[in-house]
Amino acid sequence: MTTHASAALGIHATGLTKSYGDVRVLDGIDLAVPRGSVLALLGPNGAGKTTTVRILTTLTAPDAGTARVVGHDTATAPARVRERISLTGQFAAVDELQTGAETLRMMGRLCGLSPRAARARADELLTRFGLTDAAARTAKTYSGGMRRRLDLAASLVSRPEVIFLDEPTTGLDPRSRQDLWELVRELRADGTTVLLTTQYLEEADRLADRVVVLADGRIAAEGTPGELKARVAGHRLDLTLTTQAAYEALAPRAVHLAPDDLTLGVTTDGSAAHVRALLDELDPDRTAVDRFAVRTATLDDVFLTLTGADR
Amino acid sequence: MTAMPVSALTLAGRSLRISSRQPDALITALMLPVMLMLIFVYFFGGAIDTGTEYVTYVVPGAMLLCAGFGAASTAVSVADDMRSGVIDRFRTLDIGGIPILAGHVTASVLRNLLSTTLVLAVAIAIGFRPQAGPAAFLAAVGLLLAYITAISWLAAALGLLAQTPEAAGGFTFLMMFLPYPSSAFVPIETMPGWLHAFAEHQPLTPVIESLRALLLAQPAGSAPWTALAWCAGITAAAVALAAVLFRSRTR
Repeated sequence: MTTHASAALGIHATGLTKSYGDVRVLDGIDLAVPRGSVLALLGPNGAGKTTTVRILTTLTAPDAGTARVVGHDTATAPARVRERISLTGQFAAVDELQTGAETLRMMGRLCGLSPRAARARADELLTRFGLTDAAARTAKTYSGGMRRRLDLAASLVSRPEVIFLDEPTTGLDPRSRQDLWELVRELRADGTTVLLTTQYLEEADRLADRVVVLADGRIAAEGTPGELKARVAGHRLDLTLTTQAAYEALAPRAVHLAPDDLTLGVTTDGSAAHVRALLDELDPDRTAVDRFAVRTATLDDVFLTLTGADR
Repeated sequence: MTAMPVSALTLAGRSLRISSRQPDALITALMLPVMLMLIFVYFFGGAIDTGTEYVTYVVPGAMLLCAGFGAASTAVSVADDMRSGVIDRFRTLDIGGIPILAGHVTASVLRNLLSTTLVLAVAIAIGFRPQAGPAAFLAAVGLLLAYITAISWLAAALGLLAQTPEAAGGFTFLMMFLPYPSSAFVPIETMPGWLHAFAEHQPLTPVIESLRALLLAQPAGSAPWTALAWCAGITAAAVALAAVLFRSRTR
């Protein structure tokens, strides 16, 4: 792809590889994220999500491959990339012993704002993130959710064009998670490009325009959340069985197992004809199945099927 | 993105705010050297013959000991930063290792000046009488600044070398130990022979001898130049080491 086409992309990576010692953490990652869209990097721990983010944010050099962020190469023009991005890591990068206002003013000064402009920007962000009342307290007194908000506010001081969020909702309570989702939607609406990593499939489903599933340093699948769900049969027929023996007899056919409830799931296209045929085939004597339910496949099913983590 | 001095000064402000909110650590850093000086003067001083009032002899050493304590907390702060996500955020703001560390060092120098002034004030209260004129006094302050800067950079480098803040605290033990085998507390002639060579030529001895000579208006000879050369050498080596360590720690 030419430089011109690359500039139309918020993030463009080709063939990223990275090893630490003998361990190959990334093995040929390609990404193309249009400006103003949200990409979710989905994968279990150790899949290579954080390493990918570190390369894209200029913190780590890849062994091979190139990465461009808003058209600038992370290896040859890191300063240009850094002017346009922000990173919010897995652990809140705020000083416990500084107040919210001090942290944001400091960030403003580090971004090159005058003292007066830094103060104004800090006040604006404190208001936007609902931290005005806590502005004069040290972050040590903040709840986990407030710390996360301050962390995000700090990352927005420089008005970045591309935002990297590494597992932004890990450890947050449901309410704080909702707030963060809302913020990501607002950022996207403002035209910001967002790359977020997550282990939460629901999060990718709700927020992302496209999802890239990482497993063992490779891209296991990618597409819109809908496309990914459609790739794995689309629906699942969950059967609750009457006996342990019936459960064990059918278990080899299942894509989903819940032994405690004697429940297992098999794939179906969701049509009445297919469900009826499946029931007849799996339970010809009409004694093994107690109850059934048809569900739309979740990204969890997709994820487990694609990464082979189910077995 | 931002001029380096602005970044370093902004980060020095951060360090000073953070240390001013750790009253226990601050009080320890301020009180311990004063206590040690008092212990030496009142507990040991009567038994140590230095040819002068012991308080007159021991004050320069107490000032250096004090600088060592202040610098030790710099190593811990640097190690703390390296362990948290703060460094990654600063780096994505295009702030390099040297300005980040320069912020810590600047704060360390200011903290140390405060505690050294306190030691001097207590020393004067218990009978230390500096004889220095304005020029000699300024020279003594300048030398002390050079020394504090040197060991603060050394502490910053040790903070990068340590994998944890706890280990960083341990690394600085050596810096706090160095004043003892020098002319800080007792004349070198009173030490066993095998220690002489080390005690006479280690960097702290010329610093202490110069401070003592400058504050008491005695001839200093070449000691101040030797002391400055040591400080410059240690600073240069520590900055270079810190740059290398920062790069390898943040790969």
